[in-house]
Amino acid sequence: MEYLKAFIVGGAICVIGQIILDRTKFTPAHILVSFLTLGVILGGVGVYEPIAKFGGAGATIPITGFGYALSQGAIKGAKANGIIGAFTGGLQAAAGGIAAAIIFGYIMAVIFNPKTKN
Amino acid sequence: MDNLNNKDYQKFVEEKIPKPTYARNIILAFLVGGAICTIGEFIMNYLSNKGLDEEAVSSATSIIMVFLGALLTGLGIYDQIGKFGGAGAAVPITGFANSIVAPAMEFKKEGFIFGVASKMFVIAGPVLVYGVSSSIIVGILTILFQR
Repeated sequence: MEYLKAFIVGGAICVIGQIILDRTKFTPAHILVSFLTLGVILGGVGVYEPIAKFGGAGATIPITGFGYALSQGAIKGAKANGIIGAFTGGLQAAAGGIAAAIIFGYIMAVIFNPKTKN
Repeated sequence: MDNLNNKDYQKFVEEKIPKPTYARNIILAFLVGGAICTIGEFIMNYLSNKGLDEEAVSSATSIIMVFLGALLTGLGIYDQIGKFGGAGAAVPITGFANSIVAPAMEFKKEGFIFGVASKMFVIAGPVLVYGVSSSIIVGILTILFQR
């Protein structure tokens, strides 16, 4: 059941992205940036939490979930350590994903070459 | 795409415009995005059964998904997934990894500093700028509204 929920919630978030891609001049890069920021805002106002509770990975794997993690970290940090926590909390919560993206991104880019496009 | 001359491009555009494939794109985005998130759910379940706490599970899941996205991009498989999955491949965190590896590979001939390391952040840079900045604002607002 939780797999079905993840599938539906994750699929639905991607469908929103697809509609924006098809109907506007947004590129995938615009989608990534705006969805991430949207995730931070929705996390900040408390709307994303119930979505994440319901959808599990369906809500946390899309880039909006990355924004949600950033905002939850910042809120937690702010409550625990005040202004310093507001600065450090977000990156702390998202550190795993960002660090992985940097090292794996670098390694893969060095090892592999782009496939020739025909 | 890069090798098209003007005539071919016009033909390409004409082919694309009259018959919108919105419905097909939406279904494929739903299926591909849903499938990627289901894989994520599977990894999350596996890790929490291993006894990791909630924060460790979410970090480890991100790390694994980013690794898979980067690897599949290197192998040229993720671009294929992206071709029919559209936003279904771009929106998950694997798509974020793809946005890092793809330009970095492309610009490798410009060197390992200004080619690979710099181009990694063509899309990831803006993502981090807006993500981190907005999270700090959320943190500061939390403090202001607490009192």
